[in-house]
Amino acid sequence: MSNNEDRLLFEKHKQSLKQEKRIVFIWQALILVCFFGLWELASRLNWIDPLLFSSPSKVINLLISKFSDGSMITHTYVTLFETLLGFVIGTLLGILLASLLWSSTRFSKIADPYLVILNAMPKVALGPIIIVALGPGYVSIVAMGAIISIIITTIVVYTGYREVDPNYEKVLRSFGATRWQCFKSAVFPANLPVMISTLKVNVGLSWVGVIVGEFLVSKEGLGYLIVYGFQVFDFSLVMAALILIAIFAAIMYKVVERIEGWLIKHTT
Amino acid sequence: MSFLTLENVTHHYFTKNDYTKALDDISFSVKEGEFVSLLGPSGCGKSTILSIVSGIMKQTSGKVLLDNKSIDESELAIGYMLQQDYLFPWKTILDNVLLGPTIQNNVNEELKEKARELLREVGLKNVENQYPSSLSGGMRQRVALVRTLITDPKVLLLDEPFSALDFQTKLKLEDLVFKLLHAYHKTAILVTHDIGEAIAMSDRIIVMSANPGSISKTFEVPIELRNELPFLVRRHPKYQSIFDKVWEELNKNEAQTV
Repeated sequence: MSNNEDRLLFEKHKQSLKQEKRIVFIWQALILVCFFGLWELASRLNWIDPLLFSSPSKVINLLISKFSDGSMITHTYVTLFETLLGFVIGTLLGILLASLLWSSTRFSKIADPYLVILNAMPKVALGPIIIVALGPGYVSIVAMGAIISIIITTIVVYTGYREVDPNYEKVLRSFGATRWQCFKSAVFPANLPVMISTLKVNVGLSWVGVIVGEFLVSKEGLGYLIVYGFQVFDFSLVMAALILIAIFAAIMYKVVERIEGWLIKHTT
Repeated sequence: MSFLTLENVTHHYFTKNDYTKALDDISFSVKEGEFVSLLGPSGCGKSTILSIVSGIMKQTSGKVLLDNKSIDESELAIGYMLQQDYLFPWKTILDNVLLGPTIQNNVNEELKEKARELLREVGLKNVENQYPSSLSGGMRQRVALVRTLITDPKVLLLDEPFSALDFQTKLKLEDLVFKLLHAYHKTAILVTHDIGEAIAMSDRIIVMSANPGSISKTFEVPIELRNELPFLVRRHPKYQSIFDKVWEELNKNEAQTV
């Protein structure tokens, strides 16, 4: 009898959770629709200059035509490829560098002032030098995407290594573990959550690096489309590129979130 | 015959601006199969002694001998149990238990079976594939105990292993550890600041004082109490008198420092 009542209460609770979820979703959808609706309306009624700010319908038409002739696919593909590669290289090198710093206290002391300077420096300012050094092409752009996240990854991951509870190491040392074994079985896995959180930051950063790289030198890519559209005053093109960047950056972020859930099921 | 010996062990901690003498001329010895407690206020260097005996830290001067060999040359395994379980949350219970053998590279089926058996012995059935997060504090500390015992250590160092547990769990675990250590005839050093626990579990109590950490007095636990289970020791008529003596000694030390 009372069991039934409990069940009823539970059902009610589930219902209210569902209700809350629905309300949040409706608001989210509403904001999206309003934004594009207002944009379209403002553009049609000339509240904003349609030449400068384009309109959703023009952007969609442009996207459809550019995707059907295949040109947009190439641009998107190039930028995505560069960003992913920059992201992976930047993150891996950062983690590797952090691990090296951890392995030698003296090395980390020596490297400290250089890391501070490199971290404080706006990496995109290095763009022209990178292009001169690596040539005007993919390599430079990927390098931009990577370099922007290396130093910050190094610093964050290294700090994470040092904050791992030293008692885990104590347990391992009591079994006679070497420093490398301590790293492999405690310090590195305990630091995974920190690494994942840098992944999330780096997703955004590599997009910055790659788009700036494409601004500076490129013949294809979404960053190139933005600069090109700006120069020929085709703002539908600029907007279309922006929307694609927003969509793919969000997808990449979500993928990283999935990886996070999968990797750190049991770290706490 | 002495199994573990500390001879004039002194240890300093150095910081950038200062140094502190954590241990001053500590000498004592432990016989094989004996259970010794180190009792004292916090900061008297109890844990430092364990770190030195385990070989994790090197003393500034003095000698530590295990079975007549210097501690860093000794091949005999030492087990270390900390205040908290420090189970690795990303490893299953079985993998946690097999941590020592994994480090020493000698995991095999036989050892896995031994691990399961030991887990059963401490009252943990069907948990080997679970993760530490799904176990209670007392269960986790029991897993930590098994992890310490699986390498078959000759000496067990217990660094306040019951202090983070609730009272009831603590009493039960004391009995369990006592039974296991006696059954396997292990030598053990327990660090604690709980007088009752020290009396209930050990054969001998070394009372320490702080600043710098030194031995102030050693108490032999009456023979009648030694072989009783910790829970029953607390009810024994002789318990109170030794409790009072230890209490007095600790208070005397404190009065000096305050």
